[in-house]
Amino acid sequence: MTTRPHTDREYEGELLRLREQIILMGAEVEGMIADSIRSLLERDSTLARTVMDRDARVDQIEVQNDALCLSLLARRQPVASDLRFITTVLRIVRDLERAGDQAVNIAERVIELNEEPPLKAYVDIPRMAEGVQAMLRDALDALVNGDDVGAKNLINRDDEIDALYDRVNRVLLTYMMENPQNIFRATRLQSIAHNLERISDHATNVAEMVVFYVKGTDIRHGGVG
Amino acid sequence: MMKATESFVPTAEKGRVVTIAERESAILPAEKIRSVDLRASFGATEVLKGITLPILERQVTAIIGPSGCGKSTFVRCLNRMHETAHRATVAGRVLLDGRDIYRAGIDPVAIRRRVGMVFQKPNPFPTMSIAENVLAGLSLTGERIPHRMELVEKALRQAALWDEVKDILPRSGASLSGGQQQRLCIARALALDPEVLLMDEPCSALDPIATARIEELIHELGDHVTIVIVTHNMQQAGRVADHTAFLYMGELVEYGPTDRVFTRPAEQRTEDYITGRFG
Ligand SMILES: Nc1ncnc2c1ncn2[C@@H]1O[C@H](COP(=O)(O)OP(=O)(O)OP(=O)(O)O)[C@@H](O)[C@H]1O
Ligand SMILES: [Mg+2]
Repeated sequence: MTTRPHTDREYEGELLRLREQIILMGAEVEGMIADSIRSLLERDSTLARTVMDRDARVDQIEVQNDALCLSLLARRQPVASDLRFITTVLRIVRDLERAGDQAVNIAERVIELNEEPPLKAYVDIPRMAEGVQAMLRDALDALVNGDDVGAKNLINRDDEIDALYDRVNRVLLTYMMENPQNIFRATRLQSIAHNLERISDHATNVAEMVVFYVKGTDIRHGGVG
Repeated sequence: MMKATESFVPTAEKGRVVTIAERESAILPAEKIRSVDLRASFGATEVLKGITLPILERQVTAIIGPSGCGKSTFVRCLNRMHETAHRATVAGRVLLDGRDIYRAGIDPVAIRRRVGMVFQKPNPFPTMSIAENVLAGLSLTGERIPHRMELVEKALRQAALWDEVKDILPRSGASLSGGQQQRLCIARALALDPEVLLMDEPCSALDPIATARIEELIHELGDHVTIVIVTHNMQQAGRVADHTAFLYMGELVEYGPTDRVFTRPAEQRTEDYITGRFG
């Protein structure tokens, strides 16, 4: 709503820092997702391990973010859009942190898979991964730009991811029925798809919170309450 | 508070004044006061430019806005104090229980008795004892005061000052701390048993503890008295007020439930002011 800077420059600077941190955290998580999938496609377990290491960095940003939010709440007693921004960040950070955990889960499955010969060429999983990364990125862009329309549009994109997820599952099921030897690898791939699907849920949460931040209305759970 | 969350922004497009029918459905508290197109001037300078605002009964209404926007003038119009200033005039109406306090034949003193006032700087009468200070307002009305000491105790208790002063009642009011003096002034106003209490920045000279005492008092009084408080402290408005009105350059920009005004103001000017992005 407001684009004007604060009369108090230091306060303005603190809000700006919070904004930068959340973008940083989002970029980090996005990179983790990208690398976890790349490590699958390129069968690169070393890369998969770096994803697991980067999780500590995300956790660290989360802790810093919470501290900054608490300090802002205590010292500035923010109201209106500032208050909504800070409470939104507090929640978004949770979703980003979980999305990072999901990328770690994916990396763990990749390392297991890389011990085995490849099961098949991957088509839908990379597509899912691209989709959820774009969702996360667009949700954070919407936050930074105060774009509630963009955020609202995002919420529907969750359906596309769900559709891909269903298809991945069906295909993998046929592999498992064809040959029990495929089961180990197919369930790992299912787990990867499941983690991607969970990330899209987190991106949706972020988008819903952005609408709250911009409009001041809670659209979660169909907007009740 | 259900439908009491209804509010209006006083512009033509967004204007939504609660209708009488809605109010009578008993979901909203009654209106104790309503200013209607209230205009106030000092000489040729109009400082209130047509303010229409409800003050709900037994609720706390905060008036906020930048310095010079007319907050003090507004509350001073609600008990006919404004006209006591040099070259000060009023136009428009102020309905108290639905009846215009500016209509012909109304005694301003009677209005001020029903609508009491507490000022920014505690102003106990220095030559009077604590007890006399409490009764000062009543004495001025020239009435005979029966049960003086009962009355003193009751008002001081209501003002949450009794325990601190009960053993020193003959001492001068000026011997108290700033926060105690302010509560003494509140007791003085309460001794008149007002229906409405106007408070113009009552805590601006007080420390956080004294402020917390006054705010606690406002919460307690709010159960039976209608309170209008002018404050520069956004957090204070947030803490004590059920409804908040934002004035800017003599005009009402926004009025609504405090919760709403402080979490999602409808007007950009309100947003800019309360978040500290003004001017
Ligand atoms: N006695 C007076 N004579 C002439 N002009 C006055 C007088 N008192 C106030 N004004 C003017 O009327 C306008 C409104 O003043 P008012 O005291 O109501 O503002 P306020 O919102 O209470 O400000 P503050 O927050 O500084 O107390 C101001 O422009 C002020 O300069
Ligand atoms: Mg004033």
